[in-house]
Amino acid sequence: MTPLLALSQTAINFTYLVAAVLLIVGIRRLSSPPTARSGNWIAAVGMTIAIVFTFLDPDITSYGLIVAGMAVGTVIGVASARLVKMTAIPQMVALFNGVGGGAAALIAAAEYHRLAPSPGHLSGDSVGAMLFSALIGSISFSGSLIAFGKLQELLPGRPITYAGQQVVNGVLFAALVGLGIAAGSTEQGVWMVLLLLGALLFGVLLVLPIGGADMPVVISLLNAFTGLAAASAGFVLDNTALIIGGTLVGASGTLLTVLMGRAMNRSIANVLFGAFGAAPAGAPGAAAAAPGAEGKSYREVTAEDAAVMLAYAQRVVVVPGYGLAVAQAQHAVRELAGLLEARGVDVKYAIHPVAGRMPGHMNVLLAEAQVPYPQLYDMDDINPEFPRTDVALVIGANDVTNPAARDNPDSPLYGMPILNVDQAANVVILKRSMNPGFAGIDNDLFYESNSAMLFGDAKSSVEKLIAAVKAA
Amino acid sequence: MTSTLLTSITVFVLAVFIGFEIISKVPTMLHTPLMSGTNAIHGIVLVGAMLIAGSADSDLEKALAFVAVVFATVNVVGGFLVTDRMLEMFKRKPAKPDSE
Repeated sequence: MTPLLALSQTAINFTYLVAAVLLIVGIRRLSSPPTARSGNWIAAVGMTIAIVFTFLDPDITSYGLIVAGMAVGTVIGVASARLVKMTAIPQMVALFNGVGGGAAALIAAAEYHRLAPSPGHLSGDSVGAMLFSALIGSISFSGSLIAFGKLQELLPGRPITYAGQQVVNGVLFAALVGLGIAAGSTEQGVWMVLLLLGALLFGVLLVLPIGGADMPVVISLLNAFTGLAAASAGFVLDNTALIIGGTLVGASGTLLTVLMGRAMNRSIANVLFGAFGAAPAGAPGAAAAAPGAEGKSYREVTAEDAAVMLAYAQRVVVVPGYGLAVAQAQHAVRELAGLLEARGVDVKYAIHPVAGRMPGHMNVLLAEAQVPYPQLYDMDDINPEFPRTDVALVIGANDVTNPAARDNPDSPLYGMPILNVDQAANVVILKRSMNPGFAGIDNDLFYESNSAMLFGDAKSSVEKLIAAVKAA
Repeated sequence: MTSTLLTSITVFVLAVFIGFEIISKVPTMLHTPLMSGTNAIHGIVLVGAMLIAGSADSDLEKALAFVAVVFATVNVVGGFLVTDRMLEMFKRKPAKPDSE
């Protein structure tokens, strides 16, 4: 097939410049609430321009594969983006990120195969980028799939660790570097295949020991990885659009990862290698198996009693967590808040930076339920309010309220900024059972004298509260 | 080092700085949409997959390139649509009385 209408490389590069400007404007607008949605579309327009004009590239001589692949990909992409529940967004992002990394690795593999059979064809300029793209793309692919598996609860969320893990990872990484050098210098395909397989294995081993609570940080990091893999594929193909698009994501993704780590007061190295959430040595799983043992006791309340506390309070702070999201209780919570406000109660929402399973996840869910912005308070703004709060209503949040993070240097959570829920006059905790939270750590808050537990699914508990407040 | 490579490196370095600058002041509530949006943007790798697929000779290359195009398209299409779904909920309006 002959090209439809071949443009010169210069003309195509010009359209890439236009696309790059639109991507940059798009990301910038994504950073501010009023312009975010248009920013996403501006970036999408930039992307479309880059894709459409690539069809006119003189190097492209057949269109069948491209059109077929794009058709299949579009069906999968549209279906998964439309059907996914809002609570499953984090694992969806992980999946989309993984396939992007996989694409970069495949490009590197195909280009290596095209150039390598006759020695001397790999130019020194591009071989490094080719190997880097294969390596990072593969790690991002398999790592993202493991992150998906953990968030989807196909794999255990708890860290999977074994003795000598970091040594094994270190040796494997050194082996990967060796394989890369072999693949680059011998130009024999077998080394490339081994490099790809080894990198896939490394991605799996890298993410397996990381606890579910840290998955957002990991996904963000892998997002940056995929960006860098795309950028290095751009070096291989000498393509400006790929270099700019990939690098923008690599840089902004790295910064976002650091910001997220900072919100949890942990360094990236600590997230990756700390095996966070492992049960403390000495009593592995004991706290989880027998909560309330060790002489600690908790108090249970009925929905009616809790409703009376809420209805006659002056100030109520709602602390939503992932349990609220899982139960799809956001609409019920807004209704409850509306009822309380009608009775003159001042209702605020306290949003921990990592509430839910991604930073900002909770804002997305509450916005879906049309909770007005001004009622949402960041951690730093709401913490001074807790001492004069009558009732803190904790709905499916756990680790982000654990006072051990503030007071107990032995806790694995120690140092993570928390919502000072325990300083409220009364704390009502909606929870399914006494099982520990996502990080697998028992929460001291539940055993405080001002705390009361209301067991059950978050949505049905909130609905019971609504009925009881109406009757109060 | 060729001048083409040097130009590419220049572009790369400038893009690193832009990438850091444009997201330095993002409110926490937009972190998830931003991660999702930038996730869609590295779908630009589709351009590379197209170039490979459009010039593949051997069957192996064609197979690799086809899968790369599918993967990258899922990344782009899914990424932008799911980001839009998230941002759709951020419309600034007061809570209405319950209408469900």
